[in-house]
Amino acid sequence: MTTGVAPSGAELLQALAAGIVSGGVEIVDLTHTLSPDFPVMVLPPEFGQCQPFRIEEVSRYDRRGPGWYWNNISMSEHAGTHFDAPAHWISGRNLPQGTVDAIPLEKLARPAVVLDFSRESAEDADFLLTRAHLEAWEDANGAIEEGAWVLFRTDWSKHLGSARYLNLREDGPHSPGPAPDAMEFLVKERAITGFGTETIGTDAGQGSHLSPPYPAHFILHGNGRYGLQCLTGLDRLPTRGAVLFAAPLKIRNGSGSPLRVFALVPRHEERTSA
Amino acid sequence: MAAATTPSRGNPRRPYRDVAVAVPVSIPYVRYSTDTAHAWIARALKELTQRAGIRPTDLDGLSVSSFTLAPDTAVGLTQHLGLSPRWLDNIPMGGASAVVALRRAARAVEAGDASIVACVGGDANEVDSFRKLLSSFSRFAQDASYPYGYGGPNGSFALLTDHYMRTYGATREDFGKICVAQRDNALTYPQAIMQRPLTLDAYMNARPIADPIHLFDCVMPCAGAEAFLVTTADIARDLALKHATLLSTIERHNAFPDDPIQMRGGWAMDVGELYAMAGVKPDDIDVLETYDDYPVIVMMQFEDLGFCGKGEGPDFVRAHDLTNGGSFPQNTSGGQLSAGQAGAAGGYLGLVEALRQVTGQSLSKQVEGARMALVSGFGMINYDRGLCSGAAILRGNGA
Amino acid sequence: MTHPLGPPPKKDPQRVTRPPELPPVQRSRAALGLTAAAARGFFALQVCDECGTVAYPPRDACGKCLSPHLRFQPVADGGEVIAETVIRTSTDLYFRERTPWRVGMVKMDCGPSIVAHLHGDVAVPGRCRMVAKLDKGGNAVLVARPERWSEAMADDPEWRELTAHPKFRRVLVTSGREPVGQAVAAALSKAGASIVFVGIAEPWKPFAGEAQLKAIPNVQIMPLDLTDTSSVTELAGEIGGKTDIIVNTADHVRPGGVVGADSLVTAREAFEVNVFGLQRLAQAFGAGMRARGADGVNSAAAIVDVLPVQALANAPDFGFYSASAAARHSLLQCLRAEMRPGGVRVMSVFTGPVEDEWRQNVPPPKVAPAQIAKAVVTALAEGIEESFVGDIAKDVAARFAADPKVLERELGQ
Repeated sequence: MTTGVAPSGAELLQALAAGIVSGGVEIVDLTHTLSPDFPVMVLPPEFGQCQPFRIEEVSRYDRRGPGWYWNNISMSEHAGTHFDAPAHWISGRNLPQGTVDAIPLEKLARPAVVLDFSRESAEDADFLLTRAHLEAWEDANGAIEEGAWVLFRTDWSKHLGSARYLNLREDGPHSPGPAPDAMEFLVKERAITGFGTETIGTDAGQGSHLSPPYPAHFILHGNGRYGLQCLTGLDRLPTRGAVLFAAPLKIRNGSGSPLRVFALVPRHEERTSA
Repeated sequence: MAAATTPSRGNPRRPYRDVAVAVPVSIPYVRYSTDTAHAWIARALKELTQRAGIRPTDLDGLSVSSFTLAPDTAVGLTQHLGLSPRWLDNIPMGGASAVVALRRAARAVEAGDASIVACVGGDANEVDSFRKLLSSFSRFAQDASYPYGYGGPNGSFALLTDHYMRTYGATREDFGKICVAQRDNALTYPQAIMQRPLTLDAYMNARPIADPIHLFDCVMPCAGAEAFLVTTADIARDLALKHATLLSTIERHNAFPDDPIQMRGGWAMDVGELYAMAGVKPDDIDVLETYDDYPVIVMMQFEDLGFCGKGEGPDFVRAHDLTNGGSFPQNTSGGQLSAGQAGAAGGYLGLVEALRQVTGQSLSKQVEGARMALVSGFGMINYDRGLCSGAAILRGNGA
Repeated sequence: MTHPLGPPPKKDPQRVTRPPELPPVQRSRAALGLTAAAARGFFALQVCDECGTVAYPPRDACGKCLSPHLRFQPVADGGEVIAETVIRTSTDLYFRERTPWRVGMVKMDCGPSIVAHLHGDVAVPGRCRMVAKLDKGGNAVLVARPERWSEAMADDPEWRELTAHPKFRRVLVTSGREPVGQAVAAALSKAGASIVFVGIAEPWKPFAGEAQLKAIPNVQIMPLDLTDTSSVTELAGEIGGKTDIIVNTADHVRPGGVVGADSLVTAREAFEVNVFGLQRLAQAFGAGMRARGADGVNSAAAIVDVLPVQALANAPDFGFYSASAAARHSLLQCLRAEMRPGGVRVMSVFTGPVEDEWRQNVPPPKVAPAQIAKAVVTALAEGIEESFVGDIAKDVAARFAADPKVLERELGQ
């Protein structure tokens, strides 16, 4: 690489490709396997419901198709590890490029900042991430850069498979999420690209009782930002330095989509030695 | 028991005029055979015509009874066997077939509609054909009898045997006596399927089939054919055939429908007429051939044909020796119980045997002085009881 | 005295499972009238419209007056058994395996004589009551049973053959999340089922009655989501070889018709549960059950589906729900024919509106879950193919029988 001159795109890509092949750059999967028993958002039953992932075998080297195997799948746009577009929420309904088919691709590959609040979440299932928490975090770790994906690590993905994941009680689900002032701060003052969580939604389980209700959805999407939820593997990401790839399916007028989310990160030794 | 004869409404029955019954043919039975009914019937007709000294085409009348001709009937059989009768009958009445065939043929011969009528009953018996036959027997049996344990005729006769025993005090020993006597008779008939003696002990200890019916209460289904000729006395004489004269017949179907279970057959309705037409009494009968698919029905025939009163069958059996040399020779070739039941030929067995006995042509032990025979037929368990009954009295010149 | 049934021994893995054979299945069209009545648990015979004679066996014209106008009607069911036999040998493959088999001749008080299966506790000669049951081939047969009945008599081997009694059988109830499934599970446990598997969808969601359900004796909670083929298949893989009875209590109820633009997603969910859920069950469990239709005391015996009576005619306020019920009903008719070769009964328990949150604005009378549970147990214990629970279901069934078109207009007012 020539010193003093910004590297060309070709040089950058060549270096990246070399890093991926040689192992200097690792790829971390942040996606859960799509399966029928993956829980979905629980809404009051009188509302339309989110359809969980379903799969029906079309043929498997049998009389329905002797030489091939394939399935039909069906699901909500918001099933499994998935992406929320601005049009998902009423606050973002009139925004340009608000549906998954219209989102500019450059928004979908961005640096990620990981906020580790796993300890607080373990202590309080209703942990609310506030502006004060963010300011304290920035004091310790530096400011969150513009255009980044902010990933809220709670280690909640480790509860998948147990009732703790949704943590439903008679008064609704209980899981950590952001407070309205935190979202205002991230969107308005830090201009993030999107907010990703390990829980079933970007909002806290009890987010409907906040003002505005579901502040992550309301504020993110009302400002043309994106959400990622049901992420996993956040504990394998560095606080800074990862590049996140999160491209939803190109569904016409789609409000979101299941997707494969992954991050490019420096190899572990490099991170620890740095 | 008084016969409940239906008033004849001013149309008295005319007596038979010189109707001759001749050439008793019994094709030896086999337990199982791959031969078809067509083949069995052909065999009987061949022997019938040969022994009568006529060509098959001389038969201008044909009466056929068979369960196993399907998909053919008597019609298809004419072409199959190259016959051109001007009178044709197909009689699906099982055990009553021979008597009914004889009745029909007799009137045809009298009227001149036919001159020489061959009456034949024959059936095939392949390994699985009895089971298949049962399954297509009748609509009422299909709907209301077979779904109940599928005992077939065994089941139906078990019920009416049980009822008869409860009502009239008959015992298994009484039925056993009938079966043992018939077996004794069969031992004198070389063509009987059963050729080993039967003791009352063996009868009593046989395996149960459908209580109170045990193994030796049941006939052995087999393949075979039986036949005889019906013609005028003149023709019989011209052909030099030993023959019997037909004196009287009766026929009845679905008699006593209000009896809750069969306790009597149609004979009880018509027996008075049977003897009156023949001008004879029960005492005049030398040989009785009953229809014996089960011994209980034999006992009922003793009653319904006037040899004893209703309910007196058990005592009658106890009081008589039913063998060919006994006080009351009955089913002299062993009946179906010992000679075997070759489908519709079973309905012919008694008539053909009676014809042999009264014309001195017996293959079984000749009953001494046998001239007057009563043959009865009974057939077709449609649901819970046999529907067809018939009887005929034949007189021959004896041995 | 009926010999009390004992718990069946564990299956000998070296013995071939007795293949299911059927008793003779051929019937005339007239005889199917008897079957229709028996399917609903009634004893009915043909009665002549003109002379009042009661006819049996079923026929096409009166044997007294030749009138062709015979109608099946309930008749006096008392009779005198005048003869009996025990069939010990039969050429029929079904009965051959089941001898000795007791049969009787019954002189009915209403007239005809009937050859009937004879319950072991009926004395001969003696009085009996005639009932109509469906045999393993799905056809009506008549059974003479004691005039006075005690529950122990249900253990009679012929009686058990003609019913699908839950005693000592292993039952799967498909939806334990709802009160109906819970009530059915409790009733089956009480009726003597040796295991009551209860399917729970989305186990991460708590539900009312969970603790009580788990406390029912012999209940085993199993994951089961009828909308998820793999879930149904996995459960069948685990318990399919020992599921003797399935009671499908799953029912997705939502109000709404078909014109409203908002109904398609919900309608689809309803069909996923009500129709395809049933089909998934049939696909995963059907073949195995069909093969075990003659597997001893705890043979596979029945699939019971609890469905709304709107299967017969559409209630427009619950329009797509009714449509799913109609599809379900049709599917059951198909399943009934498909399970018949194995002697496994398919029973429909039609209910009126259930007392639940979705039907708060439906006027009474409504059906309590316990009523449905009772009807399910009765259907199994008596072998009833079609039963109607609650006044509304009975009313709709009567109107449907009278004229489906009139019923359509009545429900569509």
